[in-house]
Amino acid sequence: MKHQLLRIFGGIAALLSAGIATADELNLRVGVTDISRQVYDLHMTIFLICVAIGVVVLGVLFWSVFAHRKSKGVEPATFHESTKLELAWTIVPTLILIVMAIPATQVLVAMYDTGGEDMSIEVRGYQWKWQYKYLDDDYNNTLSFFSVMSTPRDEIYNQSAKAENYLLEVDEYLRIPTNRKVRFLITAEDVIHAWWVPDFGIKRDAVPGMLNELWTIVEEPGIYRGQCTELCGKDHGFMPIVLEVMPEAEFDAWYASRVTSESVRQESIADALTHEELMAQGEAVYGTYCASCHLANGEGVAPVFPAIAGSAVAQGPRDDHLSLVINGVAGTAMQAFGKQLDSAQLASVVHYQRNAFGNDVGDMSQPQDVINLSNGQ
Amino acid sequence: MSEVIHADHHDDHAHGPAKGLKRWLFTTNHKDIGTLYLWFSFAMFLIGGVLALVIRAELFQPGLQFVQPEFFNQMTTNHGLIMVFGAIMPAFVGLANWLVPMQVGAPDMALPRMNNLSFWILPFAFGMMISTLFMEGGGPNFGWTFYAPLSTTYAPPSVTYFIFAVHLMGASSIMGSINIIATILNMRAPGMTLMKMPMFVWTWLITAYLLIAVMPVLAGAVTMMLFDIHFNTSFFNAAGGGDPVMFQHILWFFGHPEVYIMILPAFGIVSHIIPAFARKRLFGYTSMVYAVASIAFLSFIVWAHHMFTVGMPLAGQLFFMYSTMLIAVPTGVKVFNWISTMWRGSMTFETPMLFAIAFVVLFTMGGFSGLMLAITPVDYQYHDTYFVVAHFHYVLVPGALFSIIAAVYFWFPKWTGKMYDETLGKIHFWLSFVGVNVTFFPQHFSGLAGMPRRIPDYPLQFADFNMISSVGAFIFGLSQVFFLYVIIKSIRSGAPAADRSWEGAKGLEWTLPSPAPYHSFTHPPVVKDEEVLG
Repeated sequence: MKHQLLRIFGGIAALLSAGIATADELNLRVGVTDISRQVYDLHMTIFLICVAIGVVVLGVLFWSVFAHRKSKGVEPATFHESTKLELAWTIVPTLILIVMAIPATQVLVAMYDTGGEDMSIEVRGYQWKWQYKYLDDDYNNTLSFFSVMSTPRDEIYNQSAKAENYLLEVDEYLRIPTNRKVRFLITAEDVIHAWWVPDFGIKRDAVPGMLNELWTIVEEPGIYRGQCTELCGKDHGFMPIVLEVMPEAEFDAWYASRVTSESVRQESIADALTHEELMAQGEAVYGTYCASCHLANGEGVAPVFPAIAGSAVAQGPRDDHLSLVINGVAGTAMQAFGKQLDSAQLASVVHYQRNAFGNDVGDMSQPQDVINLSNGQ
Repeated sequence: MSEVIHADHHDDHAHGPAKGLKRWLFTTNHKDIGTLYLWFSFAMFLIGGVLALVIRAELFQPGLQFVQPEFFNQMTTNHGLIMVFGAIMPAFVGLANWLVPMQVGAPDMALPRMNNLSFWILPFAFGMMISTLFMEGGGPNFGWTFYAPLSTTYAPPSVTYFIFAVHLMGASSIMGSINIIATILNMRAPGMTLMKMPMFVWTWLITAYLLIAVMPVLAGAVTMMLFDIHFNTSFFNAAGGGDPVMFQHILWFFGHPEVYIMILPAFGIVSHIIPAFARKRLFGYTSMVYAVASIAFLSFIVWAHHMFTVGMPLAGQLFFMYSTMLIAVPTGVKVFNWISTMWRGSMTFETPMLFAIAFVVLFTMGGFSGLMLAITPVDYQYHDTYFVVAHFHYVLVPGALFSIIAAVYFWFPKWTGKMYDETLGKIHFWLSFVGVNVTFFPQHFSGLAGMPRRIPDYPLQFADFNMISSVGAFIFGLSQVFFLYVIIKSIRSGAPAADRSWEGAKGLEWTLPSPAPYHSFTHPPVVKDEEVLG
């Protein structure tokens, strides 16, 4: 019944929009979790009640507009109050609201049923990327990575054709297993962001200094996409959320290998690199972490995002430059990248900045320099 | 009655308006100040509209075509700030200035010099705010709700000017409200008891109390921002023990009553226009007054429904969900009463009536989407998507704005002594009606499909609806330029208007000549029930 009605409304709306929109763009998604389906049903219930009331109330209005016209010679009536009627249309809507509030309360209570989770993931919003950390005592919580939008600038600036998942593609997916209760602990490093996966029916603000909770159990493997939904500055539109839900066994295998490769990388982190290696890695890190503010050509956007090309810092003492990148600049948008990047990434990005964009300092920055600097503090 | 009018004409000779620019700079006359407010708000409306068109032009297609994201954010922010504080609110104050003294039978506002000051603050406040767009680093770019810490630690340097501008706007609003309350409570003609006051006066009395209650809260919020930015306090800085969520509580404790500040006077206007063109007394006057008062009270206890996703405990979520749903009851009463007023009336459909009926229909639709948004578990899906954008534009554009336009057409003959061109007025209505729906109706769909607010670029599946929406926005924008043409043409060459310009118009203002003399009701009029109650 509901679906039939929906189809009728969808059909009308599709006709109205000249047939250019497909039907699944016209309504909330049903989603893939029990909660998202409950939310969808609640949405349809409230929507249909509103439509029914609207048809009746506005129907009376339009009937009046057609029938009670001076041009039809109607003489105005003189009634101007009716206690019975006025009581009725105060009490009846109140009852309808109670009918709406009951299922709404039930769904909300179900959503707040946290606890009993099989695994926990910390979700941390940054300008303008997400960090995911698997909270897992067995591995000392070591598996953590950033998920940054990978849609190329050429697509955004209309210089090349837009891919299917334009603005919804990231360099590394957050992976979770099917059928396990996953708890997300949501917070932010700088400003407020919001983490939303429409297909799971969950959304929560990521607030600096606060830890919010969400949970989900997904039955259907697949890739699910969402976007940041709280204005968080310049690139608010460019920090998508992409999850891959994997069958349990597949997830366990992936997780084990991901943790292993991470620990291998950690062990060799302090190894010295050549100029070419530093420049190559540095350029990649710069593109992901720095270019959104300081721009790909290092020119920046004065005065909020200073230029790196020709800057006093990038051409001054190396350790000052390193410590600025590690610690950030309090009270500005410059983040403390020491918390986000490892020593190899920090060393290479600083080395790159000092030897690119016309900067030609010529010195070397090695991972060990970063470690020494951090230990010295 | 004729003696009263005669006396007015006599006074007119003794105290006519000053000549030239001085008249407008130094005026203490409620009609002059009302005119200033209305033209100022119209100028702001056009500026805010241009910013909206920049937004819609950029969103016409996916990809970045015209502006950069940092500029886009300045456009959304300033569009919101200018429309709320510069267009809608001053327009209602302008209408109050023109109408409240004439409707209660008073010679002028109670505090005429303060009236002048509260207007002349505004051009400076907005001059300062708009000037930040040309400063290094740009103007406010953190949304009209300016959530900390995006608006403090991470704000452009010009934020201090924004804070000062908000302080000035608040001072202006508070002074305006004090003036309106003092006028209504002290200067009513003998015999006009509270329960005989016209609905516009009632709604403004309640609105003025809301303003006095919440503008200081807004001032507190921006002052704390100022201290966080310049004096190293940590009201909203988590690293210093502050709380970014507290900012939102304070902002919305101001912000939700603010929503009703922008709609209650609209309720008043529509409650005049519908009875006039239905030639039938307003249905349920008493319950209309109580409904407005209930809405005003409820507006103070629903603020956190703007913040369902910040992570409140279950009990808090339930409280704010229930209290928000409750607002539907008095709002429904108003809609039912308007329809009952139309029922078995003898209706004609001049331009003000068309705008008023469109108000009832489209505001009701905005009310339905509001009710859907009140349902917390589904609000998680709607929150900060275009569904919200569609909702609040439905209550603000065909809601608040249509009521203002309706009021301008309705009282235009009283203000100018000229009749507007009915054909042009109707063309303006139909262009606006089509434009507003083509713009905002598709936004329900893009919101449900998952498009977040305040993004300069969007994934491809939202492309169709954004294109339709942008086309509608340009239709709507151009039709408001047409409105300007209709008004100027009518002022210059409209046909002379009768004193009671509409057959069914009731109220003391219609007993005055058209145009209303510079000084009216210097002697209190006789208040007759059939005039003030309709």
